[in-house]
Amino acid sequence: MAVLNEEQTMLKDMASQWVRDRLPVTALRGLYDHGGGGLSGSDGYDAEAWAEMAQMGWCGIIVPEAHGGADFGYLSLGLVIEELGRTLAASPLISSALVAASALRLAGTQDQQARWLPGIADGSLIGTLALDEGPHHAPERTALAATASGDGWTLSGTKRPVQDGMIANLAIVAARTSGAPGDRDGLTLFLVPTDSAGLERQPLDQIDARRPALYRFESVNIAVNDVLGEIGKAADLIDAIRDRAAIGMATEMLGSATQAFDITLDYLKTRVQFGAIIGSFQALQHRAAELFGELQLTRSAVETALAAIDADDPALPALASLAKAIAGETLHRISSQMVQLHGGIGMTHEHDAGLYLKRARVAEQCHGSTAWHRERWARLNGY
Amino acid sequence: MAEMEPIDREEFRQEARAWLKANFPPALTNVPGLLFQGDAHAAAANDDYQLWRQRMTDKGWGVPTWAPRYGGAGLTEAHGKIIGEELAAIGGFNPIRSYGTMMLGPTLLEYGDEAQKLEHLPFIASHERRWCQGFSEPGAGSDLAALQTKCIDMGDHWLVSGQKIWTSGADQADWCFVLVRTDTERKQGGISFLLVDMQSEGIEARPIVLISGSTHFCEVFFNDVKVPKGNLVGEVNQGWTIAKRLLQFERNSLSEVKADITPLAPLAHDYLGTDALGRVDSPDLRARMVRNAMRHEAYMATVRRLAAEGKNGGPSHGVSALKNLWSGIIQERAELLVEIMGAYGLGWAGDPYSAAEKEATRAWLHSKAFSIYGGSYEVQNNITAKRTLGLPG
Repeated sequence: MAVLNEEQTMLKDMASQWVRDRLPVTALRGLYDHGGGGLSGSDGYDAEAWAEMAQMGWCGIIVPEAHGGADFGYLSLGLVIEELGRTLAASPLISSALVAASALRLAGTQDQQARWLPGIADGSLIGTLALDEGPHHAPERTALAATASGDGWTLSGTKRPVQDGMIANLAIVAARTSGAPGDRDGLTLFLVPTDSAGLERQPLDQIDARRPALYRFESVNIAVNDVLGEIGKAADLIDAIRDRAAIGMATEMLGSATQAFDITLDYLKTRVQFGAIIGSFQALQHRAAELFGELQLTRSAVETALAAIDADDPALPALASLAKAIAGETLHRISSQMVQLHGGIGMTHEHDAGLYLKRARVAEQCHGSTAWHRERWARLNGY
Repeated sequence: MAEMEPIDREEFRQEARAWLKANFPPALTNVPGLLFQGDAHAAAANDDYQLWRQRMTDKGWGVPTWAPRYGGAGLTEAHGKIIGEELAAIGGFNPIRSYGTMMLGPTLLEYGDEAQKLEHLPFIASHERRWCQGFSEPGAGSDLAALQTKCIDMGDHWLVSGQKIWTSGADQADWCFVLVRTDTERKQGGISFLLVDMQSEGIEARPIVLISGSTHFCEVFFNDVKVPKGNLVGEVNQGWTIAKRLLQFERNSLSEVKADITPLAPLAHDYLGTDALGRVDSPDLRARMVRNAMRHEAYMATVRRLAAEGKNGGPSHGVSALKNLWSGIIQERAELLVEIMGAYGLGWAGDPYSAAEKEATRAWLHSKAFSIYGGSYEVQNNITAKRTLGLPG
């Protein structure tokens, strides 16, 4: 664990207790139907629990005080996210309180911040990023078209997947105002209320029982003052937002991996076969020891990246990719080993191992996959 | 450990910077300190090194956290860290760093009596006494507690007989800390920790030639060696406890930040060429290099994190996991470096091979020892599983 101050320690303890009481893994299980798919009609989160999270101030941790937040930093927000990751708690905290809030902090005008941040901070409004359009994260391939019309812009195209897209009120949409897919130039971000005319949303029934969405934009009109940042020059801004998003996701993954490891370790200490506790077998001891080492690397990479955002460290891009890639690799291994070491019971929907495995793969793809971030780190470091 | 105020920290940093700048011999800039640490003859023959060693001895900064009566400067860990950082910043090294400062010193501070501390610590702090570690035996490698070197109480002295192996630098050491058997009935409970003068009659050290050509490791033979009664550290039969603590210090020092690791990317560009996008022109090797480099960076972050957490002010059981991460990552890097150099990375001697190529080849061969010494990879995993993770058996 990073070295925490007194307030951070209190926040972490509170989050740990609340998540265990209020959103244990059984809460996520409640979002699944009996066959292992998402429950029909589910929003993919618990609205009452979300309201409680907002009441505790978690949605405003990185929001400036002037806009109703606590301005308490990313490392602090990370403490909460890690605890949520432990029990696979389904909530739009990363999408809204981290990603959307970061976008507005980074590039919002005074008016835009005053309009959107207070709602994000008190949880009455859920924000999200609508960036990816295909199976893989590739911002420069954005094709969704924004054409100038009258005073503003008209958006046409699709976005998929949009995290927490069915419950979001505000989408920060990446669109192409010039150039062709593949160009870094010509990208622009728009602040789009999700009840805008011409925006159709379709829920995606995903393996982790969350409800990301497919957005179809058919001539959605956007006012000129809903442009976030500079027109045609959003590529760097998108990178900065995505880096924060990736670090947030890596933090959740650290929590999930830590808990998956702890659950598996408990099983190794109780399951008896061949007349012995299976955790006494050296093959399994060494596997556990190696996974423990990987968890150490992951915690360090994640905490370093969170601290780098707070310190405005110029190395942030590389540290973000390091955190996401290392967390991705570790969670991949641990979630697979969680099933393997539990044996047959780990294959059943009744056991939690499958829930960790499914969320792991979704998280690995979110905001840039392990492979994407490795490649980016390689280029940033001259390979 | 006393807290340092931010202002004190900055003041001390300035003071350390000024002193180091005035006292570190420029001729030693970027010279590997290990050169002198591992070779007494090279150390004795180098005037700059001797000057630097003497100045650091007088300042007490080789072991900054030790008390002045033991040759230290009585500073906090935070001060010591700043000295280390400032030294690294000018391409310097600590001339006092040795097995004595990293392993025996910290152990004596915890378990030695005052007479032993006063007898040995000042000479460690001045690096006038080189130490070696007499632990492993032909029949006691990973299973260290199976050691059999006999130590018999002769009333006014101990009588030691037996053989040690893999003793680093024994042919150049002045003293040796030795694990001996004082009770044959109990395995771990029958071991004692003894300090032995290598000049004693009946000791012979023979270098062993390794696959890398190194003759750093020795066999040491003890043939009825007389050792004064006062040289036993702690209680009789308490040696295993003391040794475990010392091995924690060893693992801790083995896994310390190695800041001098140069990136593989520029070398890879030279040896493998680049593609149209300026990337290393070997997708497979590039992917493996990148993964290794990323893990190395995460490992460095882990060392910094554990230092910041400063658990109990000393090494913890997590050190075993850390040592395995370190050995794995560094060994893989050494393999990658040779692979990047291709056929040029496989030379033993001669002009056609550059000095850097020959060095990489030897370093690769040498790196195979990282997962064997200081407790093998498998032994470290046993320790992590049982002590850190609480698994049974």
